[in-house]
Amino acid sequence: MKLPNVRKIDLRATLIYWMFAGIFLFFAILLHDDGFLQSNNLLNIFRQTATITVMAVAMTFVISAAEIDLSIGGVAGLTSVVCALMLRDYGLIQGILGGLAIGLIVGSLNGLLVSRVGIPSFLVTLGMQGVAIGFAALITDYHPVPILNDSFNTIFGSGTIGWFPGLLVWSFTAVVIGWITLTKTTFGRRVLATGGNRDAAEFNGINTKNVKFKVMLISSLVASIAGLLYAGRLQTGRYEWGAGDELSAIAAVILGGTSLFGGSGTIVGTFFGALLVGLINNGLILAGLPVSQQQIIRGMIIILAVALAKKK
Amino acid sequence: MSSNFNVVEMIDISKSFFGVKVLDEVSFSVAPGEIHALAGENGAGKSTLMKILQGVYSMDSGEIQIAGSKVLIDSFQAARKYGIGMVFQEFSLVPELSVAQNIFLDREHKNRFGLFDEKETISKSKAVMEEIGLSIDVTAKVSTLGRAYQQLTEIAKAIAGDAKILILDEPTASLAKEEVDSLFKVLKQLTLRGVSIVYISHRMDEIYQICDRITILRDGKKIAVSALADITPQQIIAHITGRKDVEMLTHEGKSVERSSVPIFEGNGIKVGNRVNNVSFKLFPGEILGLAGLMGSGRTELVRAIFGMDKKDEGVIKINGSEVSIKSPRDAMANGIAFIPEDRRRQGLVMEHTVKQNILSANLSSLSHKSFLNFSKINSVVDHAITNFEVRPAEANREVRLFSGGNQQKVVIAKWMATNPKIVLMDEPTVGVDIGTKVEIMKLVRSIAAEGKSVILISSELPELLGVCDRILVIRKGEIAEELERKEVRDEDHLQMIVQGIRI
Repeated sequence: MKLPNVRKIDLRATLIYWMFAGIFLFFAILLHDDGFLQSNNLLNIFRQTATITVMAVAMTFVISAAEIDLSIGGVAGLTSVVCALMLRDYGLIQGILGGLAIGLIVGSLNGLLVSRVGIPSFLVTLGMQGVAIGFAALITDYHPVPILNDSFNTIFGSGTIGWFPGLLVWSFTAVVIGWITLTKTTFGRRVLATGGNRDAAEFNGINTKNVKFKVMLISSLVASIAGLLYAGRLQTGRYEWGAGDELSAIAAVILGGTSLFGGSGTIVGTFFGALLVGLINNGLILAGLPVSQQQIIRGMIIILAVALAKKK
Repeated sequence: MSSNFNVVEMIDISKSFFGVKVLDEVSFSVAPGEIHALAGENGAGKSTLMKILQGVYSMDSGEIQIAGSKVLIDSFQAARKYGIGMVFQEFSLVPELSVAQNIFLDREHKNRFGLFDEKETISKSKAVMEEIGLSIDVTAKVSTLGRAYQQLTEIAKAIAGDAKILILDEPTASLAKEEVDSLFKVLKQLTLRGVSIVYISHRMDEIYQICDRITILRDGKKIAVSALADITPQQIIAHITGRKDVEMLTHEGKSVERSSVPIFEGNGIKVGNRVNNVSFKLFPGEILGLAGLMGSGRTELVRAIFGMDKKDEGVIKINGSEVSIKSPRDAMANGIAFIPEDRRRQGLVMEHTVKQNILSANLSSLSHKSFLNFSKINSVVDHAITNFEVRPAEANREVRLFSGGNQQKVVIAKWMATNPKIVLMDEPTVGVDIGTKVEIMKLVRSIAAEGKSVILISSELPELLGVCDRILVIRKGEIAEELERKEVRDEDHLQMIVQGIRI
């Protein structure tokens, strides 16, 4: 029986763009007098969401492989602290490498525990989150560590190329590399096959343990890059940087249309998901709401949006 | 209620999806206490018709009568109210609850404190089991039961819910012979109580063994309805396939050159206590059948050869030289492909497209420096779809939307694209309609004709007899017999050998 080529519009796949456009319009009208549409504010949205975007790109791979990483916020915070300390005591290169080493170590541990020991990533990374934040607080005694190195601050977050914020270069680079890797490389296919049906992937000769290890490692490494971006933008290392970012990143990925159950992922969707999260944050701040109300409304909008993005 | 009425009367049911008629004025009726077979190829409309009866789909036109009066079945709950029960292929049981708790799931007995009344539940469950002539420990956890008892529990659950009409979809697909017998006993017992059964199956022998009448659908139309006493298997197959000359699986004698170096040689393979000291050779272009009862160790043997499971002892030689196979990757590197028995769980990513599935097993050959080569991918996929007659021929359609037979073709196409030298197939025709079964067996022959070697596991002995050059009979994890195809007279003969009965 030959079925006709009916091309039904997949609402779920395009939903993020409709939501993005809708909420953008809503704020544009409502907050017009508060300067929402000024180019400076729009650039600010991009700037504020850069770290989330970078982490969400890596999170797309994790979720597509049917895993989760709750430790990225903690990794970003610990990275900012370690980087700031090493920068102060040893120098620029050592600071950067020290920060990245955090991602490497935590990512390897997460990856080994998930893929070899077989502990669910949810538990591994929930525990690791606490370890990372606690460790960052411990070595700094809860104090911020200022970063006085101008070249570091310029590269990681504070710099601009003309009027173009350097942070945007970071987030665009992450999106482009992520998109190419997910759609154009064998690694991307392995991730999707592993998340879609691990048994079948294994029968296809895909080393699914290896795939799971790699996505956990990439996620942590990218979180440590985000930690460097926090350090450079805020010109300090502090244990609190990145706190709660795991939820924003996961929300961005799911809003973007990636299946929470693995097997399908979209980087462009994630990018718009992250922008939407940033847009909501920005709008609520401009509207002059107190933090408590911002949290309530943000939480409700995200739940509503994810409910809409759910299949069927 | 008069028993002159049919229990179910579906009249002129039509249904279209996306402008395609999948049911075209189909009428279907079930008499009280009858077991009625519903047959047809995958995609003929059987499951759509049954889903309409269960209230899952709504019909475009037509009428449903239950016990003589017209009813509206617009939901699963409505169907249940009219006594229609479905025994799910994927069991709807909660594995961590007991049999009794599952039977009364959602209809729990409460004691006077409003709490769950375990005692009452157990005694009521025992009563249900007794009624249908079953001896299952109702306090046992469902997860500790075998597939057959899970299925029987599922039936008990439907009966406890007062089902008058039971729909069974391929209930014996994963059952062993004795289990099938006990299922059939229960079904007969139920019909004595006036329960009617709609029995969907591809297995002709079972249909004859248990059913009273048969309705045959093809391409959404009712082709025939007949008492089984009045119709021959050949006629049924002709109705199902619509082909006048049914291509039965007849063996084409062919000689295999066995003086050369074997392409594959296994020596003393041992896997736990399931496979013991198995040694055999396989030659280029040969089709080697593995016959044996369920649980005899056939699947475990091929899984170990493919590196899915660890083998405890034994040596594998490819082209005469010893190789180490510890993972599917090692096996693939040695030119081995494996078509596993459960295509939904092991063969395919159901939510991915045909193209993505074919790609998954061929990542290295379809990429350059780990970047995917899309023009090559498209040409390989298009070629595979035409070559293996995947229908509909849509590379970008998710495989879950294909019929079982076409899904299996995708699995085979995927593996043949890896250009293997040795193809392992574990029950490649399970749950596949007869027309596609014949096509798949022809594919097996053509694979061997290209000089590749095949190891074929099948519980359907006519298939083994139709294509194999040699048959190994596996019993309790060991090779009990090695038979040239010529040495086997017919299916009955092979059946005796498999069962271990000496003539």
